Amino acid sequence: MKSLAELEAIRQKTLERINLRKDDENERVRVVVGMATCGIAAGARPVMLSFMEEAQKRGLSHVTVSQTGCIGMCRLEPMVDVYLPGKEKVTYVHMNPEKVARVVAEHIVNGRPVQEYTIGATEDKE
Amino acid sequence: MRDLSLHILDLTQNSVRANATLVQLDITVDERKWITIRITDDGCGMDAELKERVLSPFATTRTTRKVGLGIPLMAQNARLTGGDVTLESEVGKGTVLTVMLDGGSIDCLPLGDLAGTMTTLISANPDKPDFVLTCKSVKGEMLFDTRQVRQVLSGVSLNEPEITAWMLSAIQEEIEPIFGGVIL
Repeated sequence: MKSLAELEAIRQKTLERINLRKDDENERVRVVVGMATCGIAAGARPVMLSFMEEAQKRGLSHVTVSQTGCIGMCRLEPMVDVYLPGKEKVTYVHMNPEKVARVVAEHIVNGRPVQEYTIGATEDKE
Repeated sequence: MRDLSLHILDLTQNSVRANATLVQLDITVDERKWITIRITDDGCGMDAELKERVLSPFATTRTTRKVGLGIPLMAQNARLTGGDVTLESEVGKGTVLTVMLDGGSIDCLPLGDLAGTMTTLISANPDKPDFVLTCKSVKGEMLFDTRQVRQVLSGVSLNEPEITAWMLSAIQEEIEPIFGGVIL
């Protein structure tokens, strides 16, 4: 691997940031992306990568992005659950990278869920 | 699945779920443009009966979540090019899944974003297993080993945002000269 030297420098920067971060578990935002066969086929990977990229760009170090398997609603994939501290879980369906940018800006940063992308809005329409 | 990297993401998660500590991913393109994808893990392995079942898309009972469409979908896309999927497994030892495809066939899927697949796998499983990726073609070869990354990071998690961003570009950069113009 060529760029391991570069990684060492990045590690230093990361360490500084981690030390600054108030590591309060109650402050953490969790983003969970469905990544079973159905989710991947529907485009879950670019959705997950966009969440990670947006979080990094905006310096949101209290956001954790993780994955889950198939929850049985394959036709609504890619699905994403967003957990804000002290709030109820919000489930987004038919996600794509453009929608991710809006969810990060409006929901994760400003605390207002994007209603039109939620499972509730979609199920009402169908 | 739209490309091979998405199949690889899907199938490698079987190894993660099989509780592997090391997952090796080898992708080779030979001079005849045949692509070999091999996923080797040291997970729990499968007995002969389960091994047969994961190859078949329909002979499954919905209660056993170990069985799904992942391998049959890959097999279908491999067979479209004249290739196939083979599975070797031993309980307690691990599993080797080998996919052969004719990269010159018009029905062969493109490789897709392999760096994105690796980054997704690693950042979702930052502690275990370790992943080793090797890519080989007539143009050269590359190796990416999370054990080396872990050593440099000494304690910093593999899924910190700066680290995943580095991983994505580092893997991308090393794959390009090997598969660029060959199957990319």
